[in-house]
Order: sequence, then C-alpha cells, then structure tokens
Amino acid sequence: MRLSVQEAPFDFGTEAGAFAAAVQGAGAVVTFTGLVRDEGGRLSVMEIEHYPGMTETAIAAMMDQAQARFKLADALVIHRHGRLAAGEAIMMVATAAPHRADAFAAAEFLMDYLKSRAPFWKKEIGPDGAEWVAAKDVDEDALKRW
Amino acid sequence: MIEVRYFAWLRERIGTNREAVQTQAATVADLVAELVARSEGHALAFEDRKSLRVAVDQELADFAAPLSGVREVAFFPPMTGG
Repeated sequence: MRLSVQEAPFDFGTEAGAFAAAVQGAGAVVTFTGLVRDEGGRLSVMEIEHYPGMTETAIAAMMDQAQARFKLADALVIHRHGRLAAGEAIMMVATAAPHRADAFAAAEFLMDYLKSRAPFWKKEIGPDGAEWVAAKDVDEDALKRW
Repeated sequence: MIEVRYFAWLRERIGTNREAVQTQAATVADLVAELVARSEGHALAFEDRKSLRVAVDQELADFAAPLSGVREVAFFPPMTGG
C-alpha cells in the first residue's frame, strides 16, 4: 500500500499504470481521481490546507481498515495540498483485488472516509472572492453505510 | 503547556495557526472556555462549537476528552477532503 500527501501535481495515467503493473494476485483494479471543478467560472484556484502528520496517520488508518474489510491485494492514495488551478487533479485512489466487487467497494470506502475524516480543508478562490467549502451532510451520511 | 493549533477559518478568525498555552484545563471543553477569553477573534471562532471538530494529539476526539498528558490540541471545521 502506498500513500502520498504532496503539493506537486501527479500524472494519473502514470500512477494508475504503475499501480496495475506492480500488483500481484489481483484480477481487478479500480481507480478514481478527483478534479478541481471550475463551478461555472466561479472558481479559478482551489487552496487546500491540511494538518501535516495527522493527515498521513488518518489516511494510513483508513487504508488499514479498507485492507481489513475487503479482500485487497493493494491500495494507493495520493492527495494534494496547496494551490490548485481549475481542472487539475486533486487526488486519486486505486484499489486492487482478486475480484471487482472488493476493488469497487474499497475505493468507495476510502473516498467516503477521505471526504469527511482526513484533515483537509478546501477554499475556493474566484473573481468574486474566497470562500471555505462547507462540509455536506450527504458526505457525513455516506459514512453510515460502512 | 499545550500546543493549540487552528486550521481553515478558525485560523483566520483567530489570526494565528498555533499558540502555546499554559493551562490546567482538565478537558478540551475547559480549554475552550479559557481560549475564548483570549481575544474577540477566539470568542468568534468558538461561537458555534457544534460546527467545530477537535483532534487531541492528532487523533479525532470530542470536547469531553481529557487533557492529562496531552501535548497538542487542534481545532478546525468539518473536513472537506477528497
């Protein structure tokens, strides 16, 4: 399992390809990547703050939980912080499992937890000013299914 | 001495991302009661505690968490990762 919390951009294709090439004993690889939405022109830059130290610990714990719950051969989480332009990739998750059900479920599990339990905070900056993104009830509710 | 850290809009309202606090507070809630007396910014930041989250030594906790032996307490709004 690999986790990277980084400011630098990453190449989704390269990361996904390397992940799939290195995994052993898997018949399924699922990947998800999140991009900065431009919100119809309202957003030009997204600033992502995080809590160094806690971020890594919290995500590593989520990955351990995913490993314990699902039949996973491997998992990868990359999450960026700092200033990102609209259209840039914020983060990605990749999961590998013997069969697709576990790979899909583990990817959803990791995404749901990353949304509400990893210490990141997003600020949208656009021509009309800057605003912290509010957490959504629907994201908190999504955790209940696990 | 406890290192108190603030993130996102709490950091902006309080005007700093960390401060070392000399305290005998027994719980996080007791610590908050001391912090709100520090400045108007602190009072404003802690106005609606339901909208805040807390981490004790970098693990999510609640306002009733004890502070004995704790080195770092962080306050922040609900997280928006992913």
